[in-house]
Amino acid sequence: MNAPINIAGLLKKTKAVFRFNGGVHPPENKAQSTQRPIGQLALPEKLVLPLRQHIGNIPKIKVAIGDHVLKGQLIAEAEGTVSAAIHAPTSGTITAIADAVIPHPSGLSDRCITITPDGKDSWIERQPQDWRKDELAPLVKSLRLSGIVGLGGATFPTQIKLRSANTAIHTLVINAAECEPYITCDDMLMRERSEEIVLGIKVAKRLLDAENVIIGIEDNKPEAIKAMRMATENTDIQVKVVPTLYPSGDARRLVYLVLGQEVPHNKRSTEVGIQVFNVATVSALYRYFEFGEPALSRVVSMTGNVNQPQNFEVLFGTPLRHLIKAAGGAKRDTSHFIMGGPMMGFNLPSDDVPITKAANCIIAASPTLFEPPPPAMPCIRCARCADACPVSLQPQELYWFAKSDNFEKAQAYNLFDCIECGACSYVCPSDIPLVQYYRYAKSEMIALDKAKEAADIARERNEFRLARIEREKQERAAKHAARAQGAKTADSSEKTTAPNDKQAAIAAAIERAKAQKAAENTKPKNTTHLSNTTKAEIAAIDARRASVGLTETKMTTNEEKQAKITAAIARAKAQKTDANQAANETPIKNDALAVDTEKQAKIEAAIARAKAAKAEATKPQDKGVQTKPSADAEKQAKIEAAIARAKAAKASALETKEQQAKED
Amino acid sequence: MNRSPYITNAPTVSSIMFKVLLALMPGIAVYAWLFGGGVLITLVLATATALVTEALMLKLRHRPIQPFLSDYSAVITAWLLALAIPPLAPWWLIVVGTAFSIIIAKQLYGGLGYNPFNPAMVGYAVLLISFPVVMTKWPIALSMVETKLNFMDQFHYIFNQTLPANITIDAVTSATPLDYLKTQLKLNQSMEMIQSSPIFGVLGTQGSEYIALAYLAGGLFLWQQRVITWHLPTAFLGGIAVMASFFWAIDASQYANPMFHLFSGASMLGAFFILTDPVSGPTTPKAKLYFAAGAGIITYLIRVYGGYPDGVAFAVIFMNICVPLIDTYTQPRVFGHEK
Repeated sequence: MNAPINIAGLLKKTKAVFRFNGGVHPPENKAQSTQRPIGQLALPEKLVLPLRQHIGNIPKIKVAIGDHVLKGQLIAEAEGTVSAAIHAPTSGTITAIADAVIPHPSGLSDRCITITPDGKDSWIERQPQDWRKDELAPLVKSLRLSGIVGLGGATFPTQIKLRSANTAIHTLVINAAECEPYITCDDMLMRERSEEIVLGIKVAKRLLDAENVIIGIEDNKPEAIKAMRMATENTDIQVKVVPTLYPSGDARRLVYLVLGQEVPHNKRSTEVGIQVFNVATVSALYRYFEFGEPALSRVVSMTGNVNQPQNFEVLFGTPLRHLIKAAGGAKRDTSHFIMGGPMMGFNLPSDDVPITKAANCIIAASPTLFEPPPPAMPCIRCARCADACPVSLQPQELYWFAKSDNFEKAQAYNLFDCIECGACSYVCPSDIPLVQYYRYAKSEMIALDKAKEAADIARERNEFRLARIEREKQERAAKHAARAQGAKTADSSEKTTAPNDKQAAIAAAIERAKAQKAAENTKPKNTTHLSNTTKAEIAAIDARRASVGLTETKMTTNEEKQAKITAAIARAKAQKTDANQAANETPIKNDALAVDTEKQAKIEAAIARAKAAKAEATKPQDKGVQTKPSADAEKQAKIEAAIARAKAAKASALETKEQQAKED
Repeated sequence: MNRSPYITNAPTVSSIMFKVLLALMPGIAVYAWLFGGGVLITLVLATATALVTEALMLKLRHRPIQPFLSDYSAVITAWLLALAIPPLAPWWLIVVGTAFSIIIAKQLYGGLGYNPFNPAMVGYAVLLISFPVVMTKWPIALSMVETKLNFMDQFHYIFNQTLPANITIDAVTSATPLDYLKTQLKLNQSMEMIQSSPIFGVLGTQGSEYIALAYLAGGLFLWQQRVITWHLPTAFLGGIAVMASFFWAIDASQYANPMFHLFSGASMLGAFFILTDPVSGPTTPKAKLYFAAGAGIITYLIRVYGGYPDGVAFAVIFMNICVPLIDTYTQPRVFGHEK
């Protein structure tokens, strides 16, 4: 891999930028939130810290309710390879460790630690490290305690990206493109803290032992460019201005833009010697080593339909409501809140969710700001989507394959290379929710793979079961024979009140055998003797059945919610038990482990499907196109289900990523 | 809005289709100016038939009627067919052709977005095969005849097949130059002789060449508006031009010059309005080049060696069949993949 070095060398002279295919340029809407400097927030009444704020394993809780914690104190430690720690963003008391609604597209609740601040904001003893001189290995190792994750939105634990890779890193690309409309947190960070960013880059450069550093900034941020150019003067760090073209901030696109090198689809950029960090991430790295400050806060753009759009330094766990208030409150016609940008963001379930490490931007939405889409028309194969696709995919073909469940073809047309940037939907004259179709197809494909795995395990299990039944039958027969022998000579010690008659004893035995068989075939009524995992599994199945029942009987919203909650609880329990128990218990246990993710997805899919079916049923039939042409009710429901399934996809992506990380 | 992206910046299907209709208007205006208002009657008949049959079929298929009628796609089919057939043909011809286009070639395949063949060209092919005689009687430009048919005369002829007492139909209609050229060459007439006929114009057909120029202008408008890309028209006209130049260079006494082929028949209409139907056409840029060049070559071959005077319709239908194949083999390299 010597070519990229040459290219990089060449670029320094030519300063050329490499254009990728397609891309779109939506209205930027960035000026609104850059009028004021990054604001500081007053301490909120409570901080709710979800354990799941990053990609990877849920960290292990290290505190209990009632504990007093100091600012910067570790309250949950990284568990497993891919995981990130969580720290108390201020001093206070742990007042709850419970499920609460988190900022996630599913709208589901998850485990959170609640801190009630004591108002003193008193720090734990900080331990700065000399990142310029200290030995590399301990520095990198200590990052596991930093809680730093990729702040561009990917939230991948940073310590993994800095561990020595198999391939040496020759180029460090700093992602400052910030290509999504509305989002300005990186822009403001660069304007105000360029020195800190440059120091952070030096930290990352030393830890990675990278030769070249290129900062990629879109040309719509002149102030940030100027600030970064000034801060990088007399350094070997290169500031490269890239054209404003969404999605230039996608890591692979940015690497191509600044280096002219395509990262192969089946490799990560580190495998070709390139590492990409977001500006905010390197800034956090610097603060961790220089001051011993773990990840406690981030800059968040609070914009859209609020009275005073502005960026704020927000402590993790701050309720969104608190942030909205600081931005002058939401205007009256605000319908909901979006986390992320308008291209890839998602609806937040309420304004009660906490700000997490992934929250780069919150947009207050209104029907005027984001017009509801007209009903989808059929695809006319105009291929505008193909022209816009930054991956050079053929979205119109992928749509066709996804719609007809032709997954093999979808895979052949590289569906899994889709980055779900939404450029295709953005230009679609027929207003087809293309990305949702792709998510649906991806999750279906993953589910099919998992189902096949599960089927293999189930088959093994069934063989085992048949053998067991046979063995039990023989044992019973032997027992009966012995008992019949005993009945002749001694009194019957049976609990039953059957007469001490040979005929009756046989009848009773048959009855018992039948009952036992029936118990095996239907779900067990008595679950007290079962393990926690199995119980959770049963609860999950029950929940799924209940929610599937929605399509047939009219279940009220409460019942629906109840089913959702039950499912969530069951899942959480199962996960907890899984984590705590060894994997080699019983065959049933193994099975539960294998199908856990799939089951989770199915439950959510069922809920989503039921919801969609319900919504479809209540829609007036003559409303227009949405009743038929684009997709029938079932398909629509499947798309909704896909959103739920996307979670499963993500979960499995984690698995692979973790595996990859392990290989490293 | 419930899903990302929350914003769009796309023209609607209706606005795209409307621009196509708009781009046809200069051609229609020149047509009516040079050949009389008969073409307008045919256009109205075609439009009405298309809308009625489309609505009927949508109703039978339990699909919402309003959004699909207002997408203008049926109107485009109607106009293309109306502009492709002789304007003085009896009224039922365009009605039958349009109904066939909409009902069989479009709606029975699933309506907008699902038709594998260009509906207007399917309708045209059916009419040409079923009613060859009326399909080859083209009016002569008004400037060329002594006794001109006025609008009402044309109206009566279309509906009742009656003409003013002093005019015979043969006096006001003729074969097209493409047709004439073919039959005369078979009679061993020299190219010079043939082309001295008054029905030949400077570029192609007397009169029709100006319509072709107007179509070209409309096509450039569509390109400028990004409704179409350059690939299809360029490759199609290029295909015709290359073939015509090649044969003309070999034997100019037997083969007409490339300019004649480019401005005769449905070359321009085809290049900018017929081949550019996105639904039945290819999608990748390379596929568009193959598709259109293939259509151009086949058009030329049918004109010169085939049984019909013009070949655009058959060439397009044939290439429509090949679209899935061409698309499959012209997939662009995906980012991060080896070719």
